[in-house]
Amino acid sequence: MQMSPTNIFAPVSTPADSIFGLSIFVLVTMAAIFVVVFALLAYAVVKFRSRPGDDRREPAQIYGSTQLELAWTVIPVLIVVALFLAAARVIASVQNPPRPSGALEVIVTGHQYWWEYRYPHLNIVTANELHVPLSDPAHPSPTFLTLLSADTDHSFWVPRLAGKTDLIPNHPNQMWIDPHQTGVFVGQCAQYCGTQHAKMLLRVYVQPRDEFERWVQQQQRRASGASPGAASMRGERVFESTACVNCHVVSGTPANGRFGPDLTHLMSRDTIAAGAAPNTPQMLRLWIRNPDAIKPGSKMPAMGLSDQDVDAVATYLETLR
Amino acid sequence: MATTTIAISGYPAAPRPFTLRLHDWVTTVDHKRLGILYILYSLIFLVLGGIEAAIMRWQLIRPHNNLVSPEVFNRMFTMHGTTMIFFVAMPMLFGFANYLVPLMIGARDMAFPRLNAFSFWMSALGGMLLYFSFLGGDGLYGAGSAPDVGWFAYAPLTAKTFSVGHSTDFWILSLLVSGIGSVGTAINIIATILCMRCPGMTLGKMPLLVWLNLTMAVLVILAVSPLTAAQIMLLVDRYVGGHFFDTQAGGSAVIWMHFFWIFGHPEVYVLVLPAFAFASEIIPVFSRKAIFGYSVMVLATVAIAFISMSVWAHHMFTVGMGAGANIFFVLSTMAIAVPTGIKIFNWLATMWGGKIHFATPMLFCIAFLFQFLVAGLTGVTLAVAPFDWQLGNSYYVVAHFHYVIVGGILFTAFAAFYYWFPKISGRMYNEALGKLHFWLFLIGFHLTFDFMHIPGLLGMPRRIYTYEPGRGWDIWNLIVTIGVAFQAAGVLVFAANLVLSYFRGRAAGNDPWDAWTLEWSTSSPPPEYNYAVVPSVRSRRPLWDLKHPEDPDWRYE
Amino acid sequence: MYCLIGAESAIFTIFVVAYIFYIGKSLTGPQPKDVLHAPIFYSICLLSSSLTIHLAVRKLIGGNTAAFARWWLLTILLGGTFLFGTAREWAHLIFDEGLTVSTNLFGTTYYSLVGLHAFHVTVGLLALLTVALFNFAARLKREHAERLEILSMYWHFVDAVWVVVFTVVYVIGI
Repeated sequence: MQMSPTNIFAPVSTPADSIFGLSIFVLVTMAAIFVVVFALLAYAVVKFRSRPGDDRREPAQIYGSTQLELAWTVIPVLIVVALFLAAARVIASVQNPPRPSGALEVIVTGHQYWWEYRYPHLNIVTANELHVPLSDPAHPSPTFLTLLSADTDHSFWVPRLAGKTDLIPNHPNQMWIDPHQTGVFVGQCAQYCGTQHAKMLLRVYVQPRDEFERWVQQQQRRASGASPGAASMRGERVFESTACVNCHVVSGTPANGRFGPDLTHLMSRDTIAAGAAPNTPQMLRLWIRNPDAIKPGSKMPAMGLSDQDVDAVATYLETLR
Repeated sequence: MATTTIAISGYPAAPRPFTLRLHDWVTTVDHKRLGILYILYSLIFLVLGGIEAAIMRWQLIRPHNNLVSPEVFNRMFTMHGTTMIFFVAMPMLFGFANYLVPLMIGARDMAFPRLNAFSFWMSALGGMLLYFSFLGGDGLYGAGSAPDVGWFAYAPLTAKTFSVGHSTDFWILSLLVSGIGSVGTAINIIATILCMRCPGMTLGKMPLLVWLNLTMAVLVILAVSPLTAAQIMLLVDRYVGGHFFDTQAGGSAVIWMHFFWIFGHPEVYVLVLPAFAFASEIIPVFSRKAIFGYSVMVLATVAIAFISMSVWAHHMFTVGMGAGANIFFVLSTMAIAVPTGIKIFNWLATMWGGKIHFATPMLFCIAFLFQFLVAGLTGVTLAVAPFDWQLGNSYYVVAHFHYVIVGGILFTAFAAFYYWFPKISGRMYNEALGKLHFWLFLIGFHLTFDFMHIPGLLGMPRRIYTYEPGRGWDIWNLIVTIGVAFQAAGVLVFAANLVLSYFRGRAAGNDPWDAWTLEWSTSSPPPEYNYAVVPSVRSRRPLWDLKHPEDPDWRYE
Repeated sequence: MYCLIGAESAIFTIFVVAYIFYIGKSLTGPQPKDVLHAPIFYSICLLSSSLTIHLAVRKLIGGNTAAFARWWLLTILLGGTFLFGTAREWAHLIFDEGLTVSTNLFGTTYYSLVGLHAFHVTVGLLALLTVALFNFAARLKREHAERLEILSMYWHFVDAVWVVVFTVVYVIGI
């Protein structure tokens, strides 16, 4: 069976690694306690059951034992202290990490039901698919995420990278990751935020340094602009004259709405609607025509465009690489 | 000591017309009838909450299922949680407390019978108000406007901006109303226990059930009030433009979480202490031994109640409190595991060296011991904050708390049903059906809640109406859903047993279990006045003393 | 009654915590030190009413129903004066200073906390008035003294809460 891509026991980043180590210690301790107490309970239930030919006399009435009470108080207290100290160490190391000067900074803003990413020092704004550089354990290049919210509470959870941290309006949070393996790591929002909480998915692309730089450069370019072909010009006009521009940004054009995701480099993403559908021509057209077919209850309204207009807008969007 | 009843039938010979009998029940202030009303009420809501759970589990049986829309699903988990906690567990436990506490302390009724009735009807009104939401406002279109903000209703999702319409208001008002009922009952329980114990029954000679309900009542007083306060604040926000939780005006969403969980965590101890009470009465009787370590059990109970007021923010480890706060709540949460573990050991020691009889009540209690052990251990794993950063808000947490509430509390509640059914109804239940119920429910419980831990460990968050295939969650969700069928079957057998036995069970007599506390000294069912002559006691097990005059308890206490 | 006081104290504690948490956090609008004036006179009225109710109950225990009635009515008068003072203060805040419950965090927490207390005073006054009516109908006897003592505990509680609210709102919060 293929391993789950969201398995908390397969960490690839230091916060998730620290948690993994601690969790093994805790689970083994709990398992040991379970085995011992389970065995005692099972033994008692079997050994002290009343037999059929019993003489109906009551067994000896024992009211208590101070030594036993002390023993099974002191031992659990010691176990608790050990677990507490182990936990405190990991809390301190994860919540107060060292911050090397070259660390990448991303501001994550949670929305109903998508993720906004701003890389302030790189002048990049994108949505839903987070790109970060690979980190070498010998010379770590972590990514620090500042977590904000534009509306309700959300939570950023990509299990293989780190534990979850909530995005709460008026309460900025910080988390960090330093993945030491390339690939795409998935997760999703983990704090109920409204109707489409279930499809507020996360994709984190961990790329080797050179590939990451190429991605950065591509994201920093302004919109490619509609090619002189008729269909995409028409689509751009429909886009800019309909309410699309109220919600979406396409940098370098009049589209400057902040409610929905930035679409400047829409075609550089593998998915649309925060992971609810793959970014294919068919899905894109379906999303524009009828968002509820993909993500019922999302905040994108059906714009009531004719089929040709839908096709035109999609053709235009397909030029936004 | 004279505890026998006078041989006068408690009920008149000729049956009264139905309307008059109904009137008697509706206007009753007798603690026994109110107890039964509470319990029947809770069973109705158990079915409703169970249907809501079944709908959710059916929707989640495979990825991208479309049995219900996300809007309906979100209402389901909100209503399921709210119903089960406030309109099943609390009324059921208050019902048992109402019935048993006066009997066990040798009293004739609760201290304030009319307050008792008032509290019941307030709780009943709360439940009806909550379910009226399916009809109120939008009507039945799209399953009405039942609340869909989750049972802990985090701000700012509950603000008028994000929760338009009245669904959230139904949530607020129904809980405000039933909260008044809860506080009323708690006041009654405390006054009754402190002031109306029979002669000779010092605090150190009360049955453990009475101690545990006393502690539970104190917790209700301290814990339900913060929820009432928070809900008033939420109403101020929603209706008169207040800003308590309005983040745009500088308000704090986190402070709602603090207020809610200051209620929410002690609340689960309000639910579990009566469960401990049942176990502490039933396990000794079916092991034929006195409870081991009575004083330590009392101390542990008080310690649990006390510590439970200081652990609430372990529900908020992912919220971004500082490292210092997180560390404090790890410590306090772990601390509460110690007295809880002590209780498990004491129950084990009670069985040790005894002669265990596996009647249905004892079967449920034994399962409780195993299951509560597991629930406690998964709780300790969650207390480790970094581990909670992964596991929090996932199906692991859902599995943990259902393990406590179903595997712990509901199992002991079933045990209590079977143990006291003869006393309440005067009839024995059918033992074969009881055992069938036990095994069906046990299998269903473990299928559902053992395997539910796994999707959590594999990254599945809670409160999602569907999920992506390819995350490794599919097979586990399927198994979890299958368990529901067994549990439903078990509950059906249980209901059938109750009804059949009520009409056709053989007469139970005063003391079918050869037990030791005062309620077994009066008739089954007890007369309206409970005891013809107020009993007086000399030890914790007055009937043991009567049955074993050569070896009474009071020589050893 | 002790249990009820316990429960009500818990409710007030949460409102006090919210008030203290939000001190200084209002983004706009009037601030406490600009608009609040400590209601010393009305507070003295309320706190003395604790003394008068205590005396009233003592008189009733001693069998002196006439003196009881006088002290009881004085208690009601003092409580009513306090409520009048609150109403005056609120009228000033709303109409002259423009501070309402929705103005800012200060407005929300102030009106909620002081309002919750005033509500409890009102409920207490209604109970006291009911007793006064019974007395006026000559139905009140010496054996009712214990019940009135329990009712007076509620009244003392309301006064004690005011000490806390006053300190938090007019001293700490300024």
